[in-house]
Amino acid sequence: MATISIQCQHIKKSYTLKKNKIIALDDINLEVYKSEIFGLIGPDGAGKTSLIRILASLILPDSGSAKVEECDVIHDFEKLRTKIGYMPGRFSLYQDLTVQENLEFFASVFNTTVQDNYHLINDIYKQIEVFKFRTAGALSGGMKQKLALCCALIHSPSILFLDEPTTGVDAVSRIEFWEMLTELKRKGMTIFVSTPYMDEASLCDRIALMQSGKILSVSSPSQVKQQYSGTLWSLQSIHMYHLMQALKKWSRVDSAFSFGESIHVGISEQNISEIEIKNYLLQNGISEINIQRIEPTVEDCFMQLMDKN
Amino acid sequence: MRNILTIIRKEFSQFFRDKTNIRMLLVMPAIQLIILPLVADYEVKNIKLCVVDHDHSHYVNEMIQKITSSGYINLCAYENSMDKAMHLFEQDEADVILEIMPDFEKNLIRDNEVTIGVSINAVNGPRASIGGQYLQSILGEFNREIRLKWIQFPKFNPVPIIKTEHSYWFNPSMNYKHFMVPGILVILLTMVGANMSALNFVKEKEIGTIEQINVSPIKKYEFILGKLIPFWILGQVVLTIGLIIAFLFYGIIPKGSIALIYVFSSFYLLAVLSFGLLISTYVKTQQQTMLISFFFMMIFILLSGLYTSIDSMPKWGQVVTWFNPIAYFVKVNRMVIMKGSGFSDILPSILSMIAMATVLISWAVFNYKKRA
Repeated sequence: MATISIQCQHIKKSYTLKKNKIIALDDINLEVYKSEIFGLIGPDGAGKTSLIRILASLILPDSGSAKVEECDVIHDFEKLRTKIGYMPGRFSLYQDLTVQENLEFFASVFNTTVQDNYHLINDIYKQIEVFKFRTAGALSGGMKQKLALCCALIHSPSILFLDEPTTGVDAVSRIEFWEMLTELKRKGMTIFVSTPYMDEASLCDRIALMQSGKILSVSSPSQVKQQYSGTLWSLQSIHMYHLMQALKKWSRVDSAFSFGESIHVGISEQNISEIEIKNYLLQNGISEINIQRIEPTVEDCFMQLMDKN
Repeated sequence: MRNILTIIRKEFSQFFRDKTNIRMLLVMPAIQLIILPLVADYEVKNIKLCVVDHDHSHYVNEMIQKITSSGYINLCAYENSMDKAMHLFEQDEADVILEIMPDFEKNLIRDNEVTIGVSINAVNGPRASIGGQYLQSILGEFNREIRLKWIQFPKFNPVPIIKTEHSYWFNPSMNYKHFMVPGILVILLTMVGANMSALNFVKEKEIGTIEQINVSPIKKYEFILGKLIPFWILGQVVLTIGLIIAFLFYGIIPKGSIALIYVFSSFYLLAVLSFGLLISTYVKTQQQTMLISFFFMMIFILLSGLYTSIDSMPKWGQVVTWFNPIAYFVKVNRMVIMKGSGFSDILPSILSMIAMATVLISWAVFNYKKRA
């Protein structure tokens, strides 16, 4: 078993909003190994940001304990802060400082210099170096993200916390960003990343599916897919609305979600055939259907897990 | 220490990046110091006089001429009924009504005594009382002239009288600008210092950059001092600009030592800057900061002794001024610039500033939480 980088035990956190208690994290137990990309997957409001902020020692949990790189997040936070890199969801570098000034400032704040750790950011910084005299505020979204990553890396942290780093970033930049993370992982860094995008989950070594402050499952993306019970079908028709109505009425169907241009239908029986589904739909007056059995994606698994809870 | 320098360097590069900041820093104090002392004037001028004359005699004419020749009072209406005059009062077209009864001249000559009515519009308090006093002293003068004309005074006064001769010290010509300029300078310094530092700190909260500072190993006091020192330096720059303007435009040269002013402003700026930072550790947005510092500025300015004397405030008001940094600086500035006070004279004020600065900085450092 690989060495442990993060260990959470019974972490709880709630916020009080107008006398209503909102539970953000409900008994979180988690282990993250060194040099892996650990993904925290879940919809908005699942508690991803709260968990990251607790692990980055920015907020205190109500109860429970957590250790990051051997440092207790509550008591050893000063020591911990030298070991972590944190990139918040919102771009939070100085927009009125230039790219270079931002980088030098953050290096200096962590008692290091850009030269000392240039090898870590070299690949990423190369891409934005042409803009180094431009203010950070004048950069495009993807560029800002790269700069933020550079600033989070400049003090050579052993673990990197990324809170929804690709939200609001274009598709090409997202792919590039994940390539960078893989490269960092190869250099031995632990990466703890949260994302609402299910397609990014398969790029992680292990993922935790999170919903309403609870962790539903922790496993590798392929294991998650194996855990899917029943069969999954993708259906397409020109009458999507009627198709959906008909499927929801059918007692043999467990779940039916629209998934882009098709509907993903989960059926718990292992041996249901394509003909049976077609026949049922014909009885309901829907012909011209495109039907296909498919392998579940992480999102399908997540939907199923959410349903069960 | 190295961390503090890092933050100071960052603050300066941010400050000078935006040209508006520089313009604000240089032009704002200049314009205010050049224009405000010209209008913030204690003298009451252009008092509008309405005469209601029921007599139409030579003496009335002479009296009105005497009044208007003072330069402070302008005759703006000459009516024959009190009703019309009251109407002017209501329209705010007259400040003072002088009512002259019929047979004014006759009674004056026959009985050696006459009564005239003076009505003063007291909506504007200070203007009414000062205007009334002017009118009274002019009428007294007029009275003396008549008596001089009619009676031959004996060589020696039959009754002993005490004659007063007065001279104004520290401001011989009673030039109110010498009095106002040092005060306005203080307010400028406070605005620039407290507001700019507070806004700067809250901006980091608003745009989220403080998160990155919070996860860094920077110490709380290092961050607070790193925020404070740049504005301390800028404050001294504003003070220098102000003193230069005071000299160039009003010819004000401090009677005391200029170094002493800087000694005091050093501690003063520490106190007001940490006050600004303290506010910003409590609030979330720049808007809140603006409103709260506006609230305090109003109180501080009105209780500073700049416009109204602290000695004439009620006791509790005077107690409040003990906690008002502006009051100390207004006092010290006037003492050093006008009176030429020395170090030992302002030492109590310096000590008060040190106490205030210590409390406020510690409070701000304490209240700035690097995590919630």
